[in-house]
Amino acid sequence: MSAAFIEATNVWKRYGDNVVLERLTLKIAEGEFCSIVGASGCGKTTFLRMLLGEETPDQGQLLLDGKPLRNEPDATRGIVFQRYSVFPHLTVLGNVMLGLDLRNRWCGRLFGAQRRKAREASLDMLGRVGLENAAQRYPAELSGGMQQRLALAQSLIAKPRLLLLDEPFGALDPGIRHDMHELVTTLWREQGLTVVMITHDIKEGFALGTRLFVFDKVRADPHAPNAYGSRVTYDLPLTKPAAVAAAA
Amino acid sequence: MSADGLFLHVPFPRRGLRLMKRLINFKPPRLPALMLALAPFVIVFFVYVAASNARLELNPNDKLLPAMTSFGSAIQRMGFEVDPRSGAVLLWLDTASSLQRLGIAMGISAAIGLVFGIALGAIPVFSATFSSFVASLSLIPPMAILPILFICFGLGELAKVVLMVIGIAPVIARDLQGRVLEIPRELLIKAQTLGASSWQIVLRVILPLVLPRLLEAVRLSLGSAWLFLIAAEAIAATDGLGYRIFLVRRFLAMDVILPYVVWITLLAYAFDRLLALVGRLAFPWHYQEKRV
Repeated sequence: MSAAFIEATNVWKRYGDNVVLERLTLKIAEGEFCSIVGASGCGKTTFLRMLLGEETPDQGQLLLDGKPLRNEPDATRGIVFQRYSVFPHLTVLGNVMLGLDLRNRWCGRLFGAQRRKAREASLDMLGRVGLENAAQRYPAELSGGMQQRLALAQSLIAKPRLLLLDEPFGALDPGIRHDMHELVTTLWREQGLTVVMITHDIKEGFALGTRLFVFDKVRADPHAPNAYGSRVTYDLPLTKPAAVAAAA
Repeated sequence: MSADGLFLHVPFPRRGLRLMKRLINFKPPRLPALMLALAPFVIVFFVYVAASNARLELNPNDKLLPAMTSFGSAIQRMGFEVDPRSGAVLLWLDTASSLQRLGIAMGISAAIGLVFGIALGAIPVFSATFSSFVASLSLIPPMAILPILFICFGLGELAKVVLMVIGIAPVIARDLQGRVLEIPRELLIKAQTLGASSWQIVLRVILPLVLPRLLEAVRLSLGSAWLFLIAAEAIAATDGLGYRIFLVRRFLAMDVILPYVVWITLLAYAFDRLLALVGRLAFPWHYQEKRV
């Protein structure tokens, strides 16, 4: 395994008296696909928000590629949320092109030849997630699964090194969820991404990726349920042939 | 009577009622609905005509409830004949002046409201500085400072426009501030992960998302805009719909006042519909979103 891409050392997070994470330590190598599972309130979303830059650790260190994480979201980290991941006022194509459009620092739009290139790249990306026929539609006209495909395409066009998925398939039907698993696995392999995915669904955690983390409380006081925080209780490498081949 | 008899007795519905839906579930079909909608207008019209006839029968010179023929001649005089003193057709002169004031004031209010609303909603430092100030401004009753405006800006167009802007811009700004704060946090994070700066987020995410709301805010504030406009014209003007109504009041000219009121109502209705239509054409995604 190469040097750690994400490295958390003794990370603590408290909200008032409520300890969410305590002594969280983990290392993730570049190119891994990690799933994080755990009960509600186990701090997995807090950890994701830290990786995103929305939260900072109270104690301990969180390094991305050997450097402390920037304390606000930026283009090194892409995200797909369960809901509200795409912009309702932009067409499907506009949603994907936005990541390229933003290269123009003043008006946030490209023109002329640059715009044509961006359009082509966006249509290509839409083709990869199977939305090439919906390019001119607005997100409100799409099904939940199509919206999440769009959210993936939109994130990936900005070429993040780290893709964060916050229960991205939680609101989808089982059949569509399975299709999305295949899509995510394919994209992850093609783009050489590092993926951290949060899920409620343990089966999904095992089905996807190269590694599974379980967040849970090691100590518990029944009279003060918030006194102790969670940490990684299981760190399981998943040795599926496909996963191993991709991680190598 | 036994307790069982009391509780097990289920009253059988009266015959005929069983086929009727509950009132809250009964929707009138299209044509009857249209007729129902017209009914109040027709009733008011006939009540007026009856009352007018009754009064005119007692006193043919009564001015309070003029006959339809008087309205006809007043409309002919005001709307189609050139007034010898001003050299213009008065209704159109008044309409043009009033709409010009209204248009300028709404444009300025919308621009101020949009800029301040977005800044208040999107930039915490700006909001910390100005939020309470704008909230206080929006609570000042604009009519109370109308004398100040006349003193500062004279009796010309400026004072009237400023009155409308002071009355409306803070309301729009606060409304839009709320709309910006309603934007899901996820969208703002998403834009940042695509590399957007604050300026780009305002330009590509926040502004387009609140534009349909701006249109709605303008629509809703048109009512108060008319109020301020007519009040200002009533006090100091030489033309305008509000000016004319208050001028002819001295002669008890109900035959002019009532058609003017109807005309103002029609204009207000037309603008409301027009803005709604523009919204639907310009922001189709906003209305799709509502349907889902």
